Amino acid sequence: MNMILPSTLSATPNGTTRPQVRIVIVGHVDHGKSTLVGRLLHETGSLPDGKLEMLKAVSARRGMPFEWSFLLDALQTERDQGITIDTTQIRFRTNSRDIVLIDAPGHAEFLRNMITGASQADGAVLIIDALEGVRDQTRRHGYLLHLLGIKQVAVVVNKMDRVDFSPARFKEISDEISAHLTGLGVTPAAVIPISARDGDGVAARTKRIGWYKGPTVVEALDALEPARPLEELALRLPVQAIYKFDDRRIVAGRIESGSLASGDEIVIMPAGKIARIRTVESWPVTPVAGKQGAGRSVGITLDRELFVERGDIIAHAGTSPRETRRLRARIFWLHDRPLAKGDQILVRLGTREGRATVVAIEKAVDPGALASTENAAIAKNHVGEIDISFAQAIAADPYADNPRTGRLVIEVSGRIAGGGLVLSVDAGQRAVPVDIVPVESALRPDERSARYRHNGAVVWLTGLPGSGKSTLARALERRLFSSGGSPILLDGDTLRAGLNGDLGFSPEDRRENIRRLAEVASHLARNGHIAIVAAVSPSREDRAAARRIGNGAFREVYVATPAEICEQRDPKGHYAKARAGALPSFTGIASDYQPPQTAELSIDTALLSVADATEAIERMLAGSGVLFDELVDLAANI
Amino acid sequence: MDHLDALEAQSIYILREAFARLKKLALLWSLGKDSNVMIWLARKAFFGRVPFPAMHVDTGKKFPEMYAFRDHYGKEWGLDLRVEPCPPIDAVDPTLPPAARSAARKTEGLKLALAKHGFDGLIAGIRRDEEATRAKERVFSPRGTEGGWDVRDQPPEFWDQFNASPPPGAHLRIHPILHWTEADIWAYTQRENIPIIPLYLSKNGKRYRSLGDADITFPVVSDASNIEEILAELEATKVPERAGRALDHETEDAFERLRVAGYL
Repeated sequence: MNMILPSTLSATPNGTTRPQVRIVIVGHVDHGKSTLVGRLLHETGSLPDGKLEMLKAVSARRGMPFEWSFLLDALQTERDQGITIDTTQIRFRTNSRDIVLIDAPGHAEFLRNMITGASQADGAVLIIDALEGVRDQTRRHGYLLHLLGIKQVAVVVNKMDRVDFSPARFKEISDEISAHLTGLGVTPAAVIPISARDGDGVAARTKRIGWYKGPTVVEALDALEPARPLEELALRLPVQAIYKFDDRRIVAGRIESGSLASGDEIVIMPAGKIARIRTVESWPVTPVAGKQGAGRSVGITLDRELFVERGDIIAHAGTSPRETRRLRARIFWLHDRPLAKGDQILVRLGTREGRATVVAIEKAVDPGALASTENAAIAKNHVGEIDISFAQAIAADPYADNPRTGRLVIEVSGRIAGGGLVLSVDAGQRAVPVDIVPVESALRPDERSARYRHNGAVVWLTGLPGSGKSTLARALERRLFSSGGSPILLDGDTLRAGLNGDLGFSPEDRRENIRRLAEVASHLARNGHIAIVAAVSPSREDRAAARRIGNGAFREVYVATPAEICEQRDPKGHYAKARAGALPSFTGIASDYQPPQTAELSIDTALLSVADATEAIERMLAGSGVLFDELVDLAANI
Repeated sequence: MDHLDALEAQSIYILREAFARLKKLALLWSLGKDSNVMIWLARKAFFGRVPFPAMHVDTGKKFPEMYAFRDHYGKEWGLDLRVEPCPPIDAVDPTLPPAARSAARKTEGLKLALAKHGFDGLIAGIRRDEEATRAKERVFSPRGTEGGWDVRDQPPEFWDQFNASPPPGAHLRIHPILHWTEADIWAYTQRENIPIIPLYLSKNGKRYRSLGDADITFPVVSDASNIEEILAELEATKVPERAGRALDHETEDAFERLRVAGYL
């Protein structure tokens, strides 16, 4: 189970400290949230003098039976309608800790208030009416807790008095909700049968639930455990502002994770500029010495004049967040107008405010019904996964790496309309941007074919390093050009020096490298050229993707030279380096090469001369409709 | 980092967000314990200076000790102090009960000051634990053009991301100490050695827990003559903080009506 962190320690007058934990109570409307809160306050002796009498008087005046929920439903409108409209916060104490209770409204209309409340919580109590059982709103709240990152959830089955304290009914509900939550990756800490109105199971196990052996609600709240502190994560200091009230130029912000101290070398993202922290400024005493940790609002000065602005993230070199224009997020949507593909949105990520476009809605789900809806838009109170493209580069972390900088909100007309977690931060493009209208070439394909005597094609040479791909590619290029064609060489290494200079050798980066090669190559092919790609491209899956991009113009040539011969040749000295351990992700030594199963042609350069091999490729191209033998046929087409 | 450090850091974060995102800010200084802590926090946030005006909306009916405090510390803390008067009682909704009507003068004074200066953000020192309707507040709370608070339509606010774009003519209330309790305020006042008005300390067996207008604010029974004793008293007492504020108790919803109309 994921542990949760008591947010802070409470000071008491005698100098001791107690952990403080923030708990949200959620569930379907009328399942008894406010009643449970009222009862909890009463049972723990937390009600102010006269409050009980006041509530009795209010109830009497309205000619209603005494109602615990009046305690929290303080607003007139709430009392009139008998619902909790907004979130409210109330404190009480258990044996070992101070609890801040956040009472969240259950009414579907007020989901935004539930989220406002629940987003501040360390743990949650999900309440279910024993008679009504699990409802849409119960499931929706369960889903949102999961989405908000709250892992510690206690479930209470309320109004057990209305089902005669039936263990069978309790088990039925307990099984259903446990299955639902477990499916979301949330393990309930306890499932507790209670009657909030009468007090069974709240602070005491009464006779009526004698068959129940688990914790009471108070005991469950008392058992919350600490999590991994934010201080242990990498430094993230989102810049709020730069102040120059005197001769100091102070960069101000709150440390979201990690820690810093004067003298630290830092990097300012997304620009990637490096500086050193000169001082940590404060008031009334400045500068301050020592480490400043997560949660502190600080001001720092740097050892050099750099352009730093609100929205930048300061990190330590080596553990900085990624610079990107593209990310995927799982979000909940609260606005009346659905969020649709192509929408222009304002995204807030830390202190960064960025204009962005919704490139794709990859999933849209009603968390109440848990049914996928169509993927064109995310409706109000629904959740989904989206792909966002930013107008400017930003720095971001996936939520899994950093819960503080890995979450965002979306603003519509100056108002927060949704929010969610960053699933991944992408280096490249994964879908077609919506506002781009491709412009067609002025020439028809057959005009080029007539001149070059071939159709456009991608000839993809794959094989181990040293297998002879580049040699063959160059020979083929020369040969096709000599006969009037328009071949263009795209060498993997050459493109890595420029277009793909931002990519490394992780599987993700290799995939992106291949994707870009394939995009460029197929663009050339569409315009009548023969793009000759020479790239190791070890992954079968990546080559399959390149074939899809090539869209019929793709011809795969497997340069199947045995590994020992490749290593003997070692034209770039890579094998030697790899054997010495200097190239950890070098294909052929450390990582696997996956030979093609569906190549149009396979060539072993240990057996064939360069000229013979080139001829073999030409024959394949002629046989598969790329090269034309007969000029005459073409002339007839012009 | 202890509890008070965490509260302080969060408040500083909120103050800096307000300063970064709003054009014309003012901080409401009621001279009481909460707004004194708030000014202290602002000085921390901005390294010794408060970069926006401190406004006292003056009913003219405060205790003499409060005026003396204002004039002394306004200068010592280097505040850009704006004292704004309130209209006479006749200008106020006559259907309100007497104490609430008296308090509502402050709402009217506030509206006039807003119109005069064109502030788009007012920083106010209210706390959730003071009173049930305040518990429902946002940190950045939008107000209509008439200063009204639409409880039924508050924007979502989560993960310290605040809504900071008031529509034209409207303004935002910013609540940097919403998450503090009365005990937190005193513990912090003690730790930071923040000056206080002596009315908070026991004299002849009574002291003020909350300061408002002299004619509608009453002391509570208490022997607490220093902050340590106040903290011990708060630990033990079940008397609500605003028990001495007449306007809260005239009718069930008097305070809510005031707040919806724009009262702090």
